[in-house]
Amino acid sequence: MKNSKKFAYLGTNTPLKLDSGKYLKNFKIAFQTYGKLNKKKNNAILICHALSGDQYASGKNPITKKPGWWAKAIGPNLPIDTNKFFVICSNILGGCLGSTGPKELNPKTKKIYNMSFPVITIRDMVNAQKMLIDSLGIKKLLSVIGGSAGGFQALQWAATYPGNIVSAIPIATSFRHSAQNIAFHEVGRQAIMSDPNWCNGNYINKKKIPQKGLSVARMLAHITYLSEEAFQRKFGRNLQNKLSLAYGFKTDFQVESYLKHQGQTFVDRFDANSYLYITRAMDYFDLPAQKKGGLKNIYKKTPVKFCVISFTSDWVYPTKYSKEIVDALNAVGANVSFVEIKTDKGHDAFLLDEKEFNDTVKGFLKATANKIGF
Amino acid sequence: MNRLDFEIIKNVIKDNSRILDVGCENGDLLKFLDKGKKIDGRGLEISQKNVNICVKRGLSVVQGDADKDLISFPSKSFDFVILSQTLQATRSPEKVLKQLVRISKYAIVSFPNFGSWTIRLKLLINGVMPQSSSLPHYWYTTPNIHLCTIKDFKKLCKKNSIKIEKNFYLNRFGKKINNPIKKNFSNFFSASGLFVLKK
Repeated sequence: MKNSKKFAYLGTNTPLKLDSGKYLKNFKIAFQTYGKLNKKKNNAILICHALSGDQYASGKNPITKKPGWWAKAIGPNLPIDTNKFFVICSNILGGCLGSTGPKELNPKTKKIYNMSFPVITIRDMVNAQKMLIDSLGIKKLLSVIGGSAGGFQALQWAATYPGNIVSAIPIATSFRHSAQNIAFHEVGRQAIMSDPNWCNGNYINKKKIPQKGLSVARMLAHITYLSEEAFQRKFGRNLQNKLSLAYGFKTDFQVESYLKHQGQTFVDRFDANSYLYITRAMDYFDLPAQKKGGLKNIYKKTPVKFCVISFTSDWVYPTKYSKEIVDALNAVGANVSFVEIKTDKGHDAFLLDEKEFNDTVKGFLKATANKIGF
Repeated sequence: MNRLDFEIIKNVIKDNSRILDVGCENGDLLKFLDKGKKIDGRGLEISQKNVNICVKRGLSVVQGDADKDLISFPSKSFDFVILSQTLQATRSPEKVLKQLVRISKYAIVSFPNFGSWTIRLKLLINGVMPQSSSLPHYWYTTPNIHLCTIKDFKKLCKKNSIKIEKNFYLNRFGKKINNPIKKNFSNFFSASGLFVLKK
């Protein structure tokens, strides 16, 4: 599958009203599609990417030259089968791979937004996605699927547009950011903002990149995406290219080398200001606070079919938060399935080709497709 | 595995009804019902391993415990709630029974009858906890911690003003007992009972 650049130019007539109260006019959303939209236009699935993801969910990512971040799940005969489904994945609003975000030009001032970009929320991202889906002429999505911050979006879709989706698969996610979630994000943001090359956010104009700050933010975050067991299994106390300790502060351990590599490769593909805006949007996510009565009222009489999936070793969004979502859905008689997958791979397990996980997604999508008759 | 009471349950259930199978195991009953009827079926299952199997099979199932989690369902949210051969394994059968009739229009409950003559005979002659095809465990490994007889069950229903709408009695081969004399003495002759309850 080839990835060609696709854009939707939105908000030209009616601007997008943001949660902050500001308006966003003339913005663009970069997206990719895989598979074919059928005549009835009822086989479309929206994939929502996480914090550091992008629209290149499948095929080859033209920037990293590596397979798309969910190439193991999306494709012909894969769990999200592109022989059957039309899969859409868009770069989130505030992202840095083509959608309007801090590193893009403000059409009004013709200058780069930088920190003048409005603070956005998960709901803003979802509203932008809805405009994209409308522009593609699709009235109802067969499913909205996403892990982590993509799961926030899936939950938000079900909350805001229940009539426009048949099902939702929120994976490794939660209904709000916890104090610990916010705390980790804040350390990441502080790392970026205390890098002298950040230049109060104007680094592009100054032709600099806050490499160190962004890379430290990524290293820290990456620790949370794995589990203690996974780190131990992968690295233990193994030394990096040496037989004994060097008694210094250069890389001694494999795990150090691995994290540095994660940090460095991230800097090559991700924008520091985008990282600030998206982590903020995640911190602001508090679904129950959107309506009096919380989750139960939000999903009251929902027609959406849910499949909530969590992973045993995920300590970013532990299973108990998925269970709370499931309990609220049960309490309003919603159609919900809940699967907890046993794995030591931590939060990132959903990206890592877990058989149990793949089979669950496949089975659920098949049953959902059968329900609406194809 | 085709449990004794699947066919009977299928005949009791009406088309287009919302069903909750409590303790649905690997989803066999839901799949069985889905084949012959138009139903909107859900499952509640205590073992996460079984839940995963169900969802892979395309069923809507959540992990949960009949003793703890029925309380979270709204009243009358299902047309039929099924508790097939599970009541005796719950910690508080009375509470579970009350929840079943609260959340459904009709509750279908089946359980092995500890009053059946074969069980009575085994206990009388051998003097040890009886085992049978529907009660295959040893007393120290059995999940069945609240075994009862049909008479006990009827008494419990009466105590809680639960109406028995229909009853079915099965012999030890899983066949419905039609003989009127045996039906009259169901607590003696049947290996298990299946009841349609209403509150």
